[in-house]
Amino acid sequence: MNYQLNFAAVWRDFDTLLVGLGLGLQLALLSIAIGCVIGLLMAFAMLSKHRALRILASVYVTVVRNTPILVLILLIYFALPSLGIRLDKIPSFIITLSLYAGAYLTEVFRAGLLNIPKGLREAGLAIGLGEWQIRAYITVPVMLRNVLPALSNNFISLFKDTSLAAAIAVPELTYYARKINVESYRVIETWLVTTALYVAACYLIAMLLRYLEQRLAIRR
Amino acid sequence: MNQPLLNISGLRKQYGAVEVLKGVDLSLQRGNVVTLIGSSGSGKTTLLRCVNLLEEFQGGQITLDGESIGYRDVAGKRVRHPEKVIAQHRAMTGMAFQQFNLFPHLTALQNVTLGLLKVKHMGKDEAVALAEKWLERVGLLERRNHFPGQLSGGQQQRVAIARAIAMNPSLMLFDEVTSALDPELVGEVLSVIKNLAQEGMTMLLVTHEMRFAYEVSDNIVFMNQGRIEEQGPPKAIFERPQSPRLAEFLKNIRF
Repeated sequence: MNYQLNFAAVWRDFDTLLVGLGLGLQLALLSIAIGCVIGLLMAFAMLSKHRALRILASVYVTVVRNTPILVLILLIYFALPSLGIRLDKIPSFIITLSLYAGAYLTEVFRAGLLNIPKGLREAGLAIGLGEWQIRAYITVPVMLRNVLPALSNNFISLFKDTSLAAAIAVPELTYYARKINVESYRVIETWLVTTALYVAACYLIAMLLRYLEQRLAIRR
Repeated sequence: MNQPLLNISGLRKQYGAVEVLKGVDLSLQRGNVVTLIGSSGSGKTTLLRCVNLLEEFQGGQITLDGESIGYRDVAGKRVRHPEKVIAQHRAMTGMAFQQFNLFPHLTALQNVTLGLLKVKHMGKDEAVALAEKWLERVGLLERRNHFPGQLSGGQQQRVAIARAIAMNPSLMLFDEVTSALDPELVGEVLSVIKNLAQEGMTMLLVTHEMRFAYEVSDNIVFMNQGRIEEQGPPKAIFERPQSPRLAEFLKNIRF
């Protein structure tokens, strides 16, 4: 083994890696935001007294959670156009990742809502709030604060999953890394730097989220 | 005689096949303080919770300030009021719970203002001023920016009472409000309730604090197996119980 590490090719295009990282973060942020909305709606559907809504929600969760995310990405990107829905690769990926996040968050939110003490709803009713007001001002805010750690973990997962967008040529970090790799043949260097970037980004995000969790947590 | 503020007649309630209220008649005049006593399972908490529709009931009628609570008669059929009307009726009563049930993500002040803002549609300044007035009345003005988790049980219960009473209800319901408290915190909560009673607040209470019930109530109602077994002024109930079951019940409790 006398391989000479040479990072020159990687450093030359390092800015593209950073741009890719930035896009990955944006994709994850947008997807978790949309996923939260889907998850919340589906969690309420799961707990609804209407059977049709419960079935709809559990079919969605079951299908998405039992499909590999790469398959979902390819399905939505390649199959939808044949149904007449043409989407650019970035919107297509955001839809996929949001649906994926939504399915996991449905379970998180459903459990979170079930954990809210019944007395809070009754206290809301007793002062004359309606059911939707109780959800908006009491149960959902309390639940969201309670599930913050789970939300953080989901976000970091989603951010890592953005690397799969390279499969449909979304120009995020992994996509640019592959490009540098192919053009320079500096395999070890390219993937070492890429790994380091993912680790550093995830670590920083985790620290930031930990801080936010502490700021937003219900004070005891 | 004035029309009673609260009138309950023939109230029946069942959970599945189990009948927990078997025809209860009770009325409260404005300014009355009435305490429900009885062993657990006698139906006293259920009765209280029917008054603000936290429990549905299957028979009988409750009227509060002339309004039929929960249900109305449409061509001989019993129909539940629309949820909007029920919410309005609920706002006519205030309730304090055994477990306080403060909103944990809101400060003491925000707990009190929520209903004022969202149900009474007050302006923010007006709501805050009113909430502060009531927090001061229960001795917690300086804790207004504390969260429930940062308050003792007694303090939480006093905030909960302020939250209910700030809505200006015509009737207050107290459901075993001291049962979850450490003994040394019971007094501060009871004295808040006693002050409200002295100011003429109409109240229906469920409590196991018999000495307190004796001091504060105009009437004591003894419930047994879903029925009112005996009622009367505290002195008569505690000193000259008529029914053997009440005598038995009183024998087994400490004052």
